[in-house]
Amino acid sequence: MTGVQWTAKWRPPLPEPAPRTLFEKLWDSHCVARLDDGAELIAIDRIFLHERTGSVALKALAEAGRTVAEPARVFCTMDHIVDTRPGRTGTLVKGGAVFLTETRAAAQAAGIRLFDIDDPDQGIVHVISPELAIVLPGLTLVCPDSHTCSQGALGALAWGIGSSEAEHAMATGTLRMSRPKTMRVTFSGRLQPGVTPKDMALALIAADGAAGGGGYAIEFAGEAVEALDVEGRLTLCNMATEFAAVTGFIAPDEVTFDYLKGRRYAPKGELWERAVAAWRLLATDPGAHFDREIVIDAAEIEPMVSWGTSPQSSVGIGGAVPDADARELGYIGLEAGTRLAGVPIDAAFIGSCTNSRLSDLRRAAAIVKGRHVAPGVRALVVPGSMNVRRAAEAEGLDRIFAEAGFEWRLSGCSMCFYAGGEGFAPGTRVISSTNRNFEGRQGPGVRTHLASPETVAASAIRGAIADPRELAQ
Amino acid sequence: MTEPVPFVSGVAAPLIRPNIDTDQIIPSREMKSVGKTGLADGLFAGWRYTAPGSREPNPDFVLNQPGFAHATILLGGPNFGCGSSREHAVWALHEYGIRAVIAPGFAPIFRGNCVRNGIIPVVLPEEAVEAIAVEGAKVAIDLLAQTVACGPLSCSFEIDPSAKAMLAEGLDAIDLTLKHCGEIGSFQTRDRAARPWVYLEDS
Ligand code: SF4
Repeated sequence: MTGVQWTAKWRPPLPEPAPRTLFEKLWDSHCVARLDDGAELIAIDRIFLHERTGSVALKALAEAGRTVAEPARVFCTMDHIVDTRPGRTGTLVKGGAVFLTETRAAAQAAGIRLFDIDDPDQGIVHVISPELAIVLPGLTLVCPDSHTCSQGALGALAWGIGSSEAEHAMATGTLRMSRPKTMRVTFSGRLQPGVTPKDMALALIAADGAAGGGGYAIEFAGEAVEALDVEGRLTLCNMATEFAAVTGFIAPDEVTFDYLKGRRYAPKGELWERAVAAWRLLATDPGAHFDREIVIDAAEIEPMVSWGTSPQSSVGIGGAVPDADARELGYIGLEAGTRLAGVPIDAAFIGSCTNSRLSDLRRAAAIVKGRHVAPGVRALVVPGSMNVRRAAEAEGLDRIFAEAGFEWRLSGCSMCFYAGGEGFAPGTRVISSTNRNFEGRQGPGVRTHLASPETVAASAIRGAIADPRELAQ
Repeated sequence: MTEPVPFVSGVAAPLIRPNIDTDQIIPSREMKSVGKTGLADGLFAGWRYTAPGSREPNPDFVLNQPGFAHATILLGGPNFGCGSSREHAVWALHEYGIRAVIAPGFAPIFRGNCVRNGIIPVVLPEEAVEAIAVEGAKVAIDLLAQTVACGPLSCSFEIDPSAKAMLAEGLDAIDLTLKHCGEIGSFQTRDRAARPWVYLEDS
């Protein structure tokens, strides 16, 4: 037996720490306590509220005689039902004014920062939170809104909760959570020109079903994801909830750090250096285990468009309506076998937390420039924040849209969903850069086709669902 | 504080479609006040009434059919409760009288909202949900034993222990958590040193 010669200087190497995923690092670093019932108490770093569901949480908390533990880490915006027409003063939703007034009063009483309707930083929660660096890599962020998963794009654990959980998070700085399973979705290779993160998300959900990500925390990875800018990453993560996932996220990298540096709530100076050093360690270690893996060839993805009433009911723009459930086809008013490209549309909507950022508007404007919306088609652009709106105006995008016949709005959720205010008439066929095509989502009887901003722009010009690559200029 | 639901029995109304989203359970236009009540009327409004805004019952909708109007259990399809996080969907179901939903799967936020509001989210395979619908009789759900019984049928279901405890005892999650305030405090002290940028000061 040949023994190892131990000398004073030589020590056996320490066992390598087990490789961990980004999710495990985020989760473990926020675990405050393990609870008797198997759940864990997870520290919450940021809470965001909006007037539609946050108001009820703030009010219920106050009525229960409880207070917000750390108001400086709670933010609130007015986005869901605010009027987006120029000169706005409130909401067009009948009986909706109470949501604005009560939110205002409750936010003030609780001492939290509110981005009110006339605030220069007002906008859709998932647009302004990254814009102001309220979300940062390595943080936990919750909001009573299902698309909070968007913010995972910055390398944060960000997920949607109910109003009662928002009360819990505000009162205790924590949430009681059961650890979700993990999944990695790898987009290998590169996207073709004219294909966008929206198409990646729809392709994934179409392939694996709207319940496919059920119960998973999903890391998006691969060459095509790394190549995306932060705005594109936000679009991809935005749709994780349409895949039934608990949330989605992307490892923070130099692209993330460059985006955040200097923004309002980002750490400054020496603290910034320390933070970035910590954030560099967050990426998934080689060899770490996921409960499930999906690999998609990004080069195979086409511009996608939905044909039914679930995001899973989507096909490539060259495709046709499949032979599907009669109820779904009845609602959408299309017959099996109909080619999507060429289906006449009544309206085109560019906006929502999925696709209303500056890069989205730039790409749509590039298609629209020098052209005009088809006769009879109503077309709107609703920037995701007032900051996006001003930046777009500084580049002249507003004029390109206006000259083409688009309405140019103030920021908010607008006609992404119908709350009883402004909406499309029953039967209207809308091509929309939003995330949900559910029955009645954009108004009773309204037929929604989900697509990227460039597909929406191209379709508005043609007056029918169109392949944006044919109108590239 | 919600009422404990260790046991639910009653008629189960079948609404077995995939991906029933919270916009269907309570359309946004039916959310009329900053509160958790007054929502039962708007439950499934788009399907339950003949026209948007109307209150004329659509006879085809299951809850409008004699025998199902007093259902305390709903049978759903896969990915039940997907879509918006609005807790109003669960408040509306509860106010209507629903105490359990049996489905092959739930969207995560909706499931969490159920647990906090006294509705048992019971996950059973699609075939079992359909078998219960066919049987059509009264259904009994024993949360403690984790079983569903319906006529000759009987099956068991999984539920995570923390959800089970919250539902069975009607516990207030905030009160439970505040018992850990010592651990929360020491976590924050450690964390503040390690990640000072997380802690924003009052402006
Ligand atoms: S834009 Fe639409 S999906 Fe996004 S937060 Fe607003 S209503 Fe929800």
